[in-house]
Amino acid sequence: MSSEFAWSTEQVELRRTVRAFAAAASPQEEVRRLMASPLGHDPAVWSRLGEELGVLGLAADEEYGGAGDGLVSQAVVIEELGRALVCGPLLGSVILGATALGALNDTAARAELLPGLVEGRTSAALAAPLHRGGFDPAAVTVTATAHQRAASPDGAATAGYTLRGSVPHVLDGAAADLLLVAATIGGADTDDDDDAVGLFAVNAGAAGLIRESAPTMDLTRRQATVSFNDVPARLLAAAPEAAAVLATTAETAAVLLAAEQVGAAQYLLDLSVEYARTRLQFGRPIGSFQAVKHLCADMLVLVEQARSVAYHGAWALDEGTDDPRIAASLAQSVCSKAFTQVAAMTVQVHGGIGFTWEHPAHLYLKRAYTDAALFGSAETHQERLAQLVLDEAGAP
Amino acid sequence: MSADTADALAAAGTSQDDDRGRVERAARGVLAGIDPATATTAEFLGACYDAGLAWVHFPVGFGGLGLPAGLQAAADAILAAGGRPDPFLNNPIGVGMAGPTLHGHAGEELRAKLLRPLYTGEQMWAQLFSEPGAGSDLAGLSTRAVRDGDGWVVDGQKVWTSLAHLASWALLLARTDPDLPKHRGLTYFIVDMHASGVEVRPLRQATGQAEFNEVYLTGVRIPDTQRLGDVGQGWNVAMTTLMNERSAIGDSALGRGSGTIADALGLWRDRPDLHSPALRLRLADLWTQAEAYRLTGERARVARTAGPPGPEASIGKLVGAELNQKIYDFCMDMLGPEGTLYDSYDDPADTLQRRFLRARANTIEGGTSQILRNVLGERVLRLPGDVRVDTGKPWRDIPRG
Ligand SMILES: Cc1cc2nc3c(=O)[nH]c(=O)nc-3n(C[C@H](O)[C@H](O)[C@H](O)COP(=O)(O)OP(=O)(O)OC[C@H]3O[C@@H](n4cnc5c(N)ncnc54)[C@H](O)[C@@H]3O)c2cc1C
Repeated sequence: MSSEFAWSTEQVELRRTVRAFAAAASPQEEVRRLMASPLGHDPAVWSRLGEELGVLGLAADEEYGGAGDGLVSQAVVIEELGRALVCGPLLGSVILGATALGALNDTAARAELLPGLVEGRTSAALAAPLHRGGFDPAAVTVTATAHQRAASPDGAATAGYTLRGSVPHVLDGAAADLLLVAATIGGADTDDDDDAVGLFAVNAGAAGLIRESAPTMDLTRRQATVSFNDVPARLLAAAPEAAAVLATTAETAAVLLAAEQVGAAQYLLDLSVEYARTRLQFGRPIGSFQAVKHLCADMLVLVEQARSVAYHGAWALDEGTDDPRIAASLAQSVCSKAFTQVAAMTVQVHGGIGFTWEHPAHLYLKRAYTDAALFGSAETHQERLAQLVLDEAGAP
Repeated sequence: MSADTADALAAAGTSQDDDRGRVERAARGVLAGIDPATATTAEFLGACYDAGLAWVHFPVGFGGLGLPAGLQAAADAILAAGGRPDPFLNNPIGVGMAGPTLHGHAGEELRAKLLRPLYTGEQMWAQLFSEPGAGSDLAGLSTRAVRDGDGWVVDGQKVWTSLAHLASWALLLARTDPDLPKHRGLTYFIVDMHASGVEVRPLRQATGQAEFNEVYLTGVRIPDTQRLGDVGQGWNVAMTTLMNERSAIGDSALGRGSGTIADALGLWRDRPDLHSPALRLRLADLWTQAEAYRLTGERARVARTAGPPGPEASIGKLVGAELNQKIYDFCMDMLGPEGTLYDSYDDPADTLQRRFLRARANTIEGGTSQILRNVLGERVLRLPGDVRVDTGKPWRDIPRG
């Protein structure tokens, strides 16, 4: 237990290590080479992050190969990876996959599936609607059919299922070894969506699985449309556990993505300030003009506020010091706005050069707008906050 | 701030548990010894001072314990929960600015004499900095201090001096050498507000009240023992005051939903008849901004080291001031026609309308928002300064008006 915002010396050291690694293993030329490659990342670098540095499972329990350090440490790592736009299945394997698996009651499944992700040997993707700022059971587009009645008395856990349906925008879905899929269990006799959703595992090689890469605006991040044509699947969590696991996953993802947004925005601030110091117009550095200087000051304010809410979220989820729904929505609403605004301001501070393909600004701009749309827009999260803070508290 | 500064801030957050325990025990000790419900404000704050909990990073015997400033939050949390009156609100310029300035620049005798009554509020303080011709450009001020035997004689006019009508003491910045460039000819003093030649005239403000004043200084004698810092070093001392002013004003409220956002939330709760979907989303946005502001204040408190607050304290002042204005704009929009009423300009009640008007000053007092953006740009981000027409010139040759 540590008090909020008191980073340990280990965490400060961790930041240094990951930053140095990213600078050496993923300079920008490498990011550009990988974003044009079919896979989109270098599996050797990814597994070095997992095995050599051991930074892909800091929040996972030690018995599953993780470090058991908690989300604050994992957030520090993600902040640094985001700063350098390090390519890899961060969203699918770490932010979503490891989080969802770590929240399962099924310890056998955890023991079987988590270590590979943590070590960076395997990768995962989650096919579940999280884009509305939480898990939205009504938006599930896959159905599961039990094709064999359970013989044992504990029922569903031993039943075999097949999945049918299609899911767009599956992050890191095309290359994932393991697909985690939210599906409505057919024939479930209930009106409540939560009570009908299960979480399933599908192997990459399963029959009837079709994955189509979708061309993305942010070339450093991959998405796929994943279709299931009676694909055999293994039930990881039945209703109502699955909905709870996915809700937790959405909250954790909101907070970890916020850390990435902070790291990338900090990089843009540093880049803009450096440029404003050195670019001369009218015989003086452009940073001496107040219009430019004040843009930079506003970027600093945005980054600092984003850092506060992102790490508040990580600490709150680790230590239970805040309502996780509030902490998560706070993190996403502030950090999405901060990163997109800082990215837009960075282009402006740079003038024409900031709009070129050669300049890094567009890579971050695309990341900023993509991040903001992944797990619920800033407005979506503010609507959730309005419900939690204004409507519930204000109700008589 | 650069990533390296962020790292340093992060590293500084690592706290020692023993020291924290000491602070927490001292705070509980105060509450065990004296009941804030029955003691006067001065008695209770006096007990806090004597226990070293006024400013934990000050030396023992001077209101402190000689511990890292980051531990102040631990004392404040316990004392505030126990019902301590807010020492800053009780004597804002004294506790927020004069205390830290005395700590950094006054000799032992002055500190021993002044710090305790300052903290208890028995002696109020004011800040004689701004002048009609020198606001943002504080270093351009004209009030003269001329050496006279073992003291100084001061002549000039100050303006916007908050609380001067209640103050026993004031912080004074005056010009001792008009032939030097403006920053180098300044000297810093503390002045007895009851000394002869000090005349305070109330200034009425937009709210109808007169929280601030004009102060005329005519042949005011100040003993040299009331000089802080060397002759000609006044600007450095003033920096301590200004940085503490910004961090004191910028210090966000302690708990979620407290501070000025409480006014908007209270209005929302009390007046369902005025609800609309657009206002609801606007309030959620303001609440989110208030949280980001509050948590950034928390983070700065944890990271605070023993030194004086740096220019990054300006972040809180800037954000807090602009947020207050947005919050009271929201209240006015929600009140609609009711907001157009104002009970009295002679003696206004503390209504939302009065707070709305008062908030307009937030982006001016303690450094305007434009100046604060300059400070963040130049002192935190190290961007080059603006082109200046007064650099290196003797102060007397600089145009004023
Ligand atoms: C309620 C209240 C209480 C106060 N209390 C005190 C007090 O107790 N003691 C005290 O000494 N002072 C006090 N002040 C004074 C306050 O510090 C000044 O008003 C403030 O510093 C601005 O100075 P000014 O009013 O002369 O405006 P100016 O400095 O004349 O500014 C006018 C406008 O020009 C802009 N501007 C000026 N220079 C620049 C620049 N370099 N770049 C960009 N924009 C610029 C400003 O931002 C502002 O918008 C108080 C003010 C208020 C409103």
